[in-house]
Amino acid sequence: MPEAKRPLPKPTPETRHFWEGTAAGELRLQRCDQCRRAYFPPRPFCPKCGSRKVSVFKASGRATLYSYVINHRPMPPFTAPYSIAVVELDEGPRMMTNIVGCPQTPEALQLDMPLQVVFEKQTDEITLPFFKPAGA
Amino acid sequence: MKSKSIAVVGAAETTQLGVIPDLSQIQLHADAALNAMADAGLKPSDIDGLATTPEWTPNLANYLGITPAWVDGTMVGGCSFMLHVRHAAAAINEGLCSTVLITHGESGRSRVGVGPFSGNRASLEGQFEAPYGIMGPPTVFTIPVLRYMKTYGVSEEQLAMVAVVQREWAAKNPRASMKDPITVQDVLSSRMIAYPFRLLMCCLVTDGGGALILTSAQRAKDFPRKPVYILGTGEGAESWMISQMEDFTTSRAFRVSGRKAFAEAGISHKDVDHLMIYDAFAHLPLYGLEDLGFCKPGEAAGFIWERNTAPGGKLPLNTNGGGLSYMHSGMYGMYALQESVRQMRGVAPAQVPDAKISVCHGVGGMFAASGTIIFSNQAP
Ligand SMILES: [Zn+2]
Repeated sequence: MPEAKRPLPKPTPETRHFWEGTAAGELRLQRCDQCRRAYFPPRPFCPKCGSRKVSVFKASGRATLYSYVINHRPMPPFTAPYSIAVVELDEGPRMMTNIVGCPQTPEALQLDMPLQVVFEKQTDEITLPFFKPAGA
Repeated sequence: MKSKSIAVVGAAETTQLGVIPDLSQIQLHADAALNAMADAGLKPSDIDGLATTPEWTPNLANYLGITPAWVDGTMVGGCSFMLHVRHAAAAINEGLCSTVLITHGESGRSRVGVGPFSGNRASLEGQFEAPYGIMGPPTVFTIPVLRYMKTYGVSEEQLAMVAVVQREWAAKNPRASMKDPITVQDVLSSRMIAYPFRLLMCCLVTDGGGALILTSAQRAKDFPRKPVYILGTGEGAESWMISQMEDFTTSRAFRVSGRKAFAEAGISHKDVDHLMIYDAFAHLPLYGLEDLGFCKPGEAAGFIWERNTAPGGKLPLNTNGGGLSYMHSGMYGMYALQESVRQMRGVAPAQVPDAKISVCHGVGGMFAASGTIIFSNQAP
């Protein structure tokens, strides 16, 4: 059996800026130039108003914990139990991630706790964003 | 009778349910279809419309010897069959076809004649969700619930009670996979799957299938079975990526679908005698009761705790035992529809006395999609 690997993203033309950003240590979102709304995941138009006039910007990396589960079933190469979370970025959009840098327990993972993005290089092309408790 | 009314004139599940290692997936479709055609007194040549998933509609048409003039392969997960019913009703009313067969079959447990699971790493969920260790519905469908529980102060005991009550219904059903009574404590001491979900809060994984046959209400009186009329239908879609669901305490797709169905049926909630809410996991009946308007936001857990949906309660819910205790092949919507039809025919194992209106609500692709069908045994 080949060793199990984390399933890594295959960037597309519409998402490449995001993955180039994480590789450079930046969390890049997009914002509509018309209605000013920030959005995620990437696409070359605003999902709110349909405008194609959008810009990429560097997000603060700050977020809060919106919801999560703690998976207890074996899922190589992950070490169970591990959190699968949805975080709310300060800029508004939400994204899935793992919460790292703290025990994977309900006591340590409190909804609405402040979080900060951290980046972990996976391959030359892909660096994934994770979130850790702010100040940890 | 309204001029544009549709009725179910044939309905059946596969001969067996549960673990069926000796039938491939397409044969589960065929077994259910043959049973439904026998129920309606029809042959394959009488069918002129076909809707199915997860088998491909043209393959199934050829396999069954059907020459359809109307074809639907809508695939939005486990509620696809609610959408098939809705689309078929519109097609029959429009004169596109007259007699529609809708089938489901899934070798969910035995995986006979089924392709491998696959994922597209260039899709948005492949890029932005799959890298974080998701393992299908138990780790994805479940993510919203902690936000719901915190918002409304719902306890793990209350979540567990959903499974306890549904087991009470399953105990009355000889075809249910799980019939032994369970307590809240049994649920809370069962194996942790994905906190806060424990094994007994998660659906079964089984094999089976089901099929429905629809035609106009005018023709329905010529069939052997008492017609079950369709009063109203709805459908909706939100996001396949759970992280992009607008609000983790309520499903937009549920609300859109439910409102459409109730408006079309012209009924109010107090008219409803029987309710099915697709329960892949224990939180779904809570979302369903609230988003369909049977309970105010945050009140569904108390409603179930007080036994309103249990045997003898005022709103019998998931009377076959549901996906938690009856069966769940992966796309459970068809089995919820079958139970609504049985209740309207008056032949359900846990029959609700004098039930005249049944609401059947499905969810698909986690919270991605939804479909709602309102049935009655009284001609509209
Ligand atoms: Zn905009």
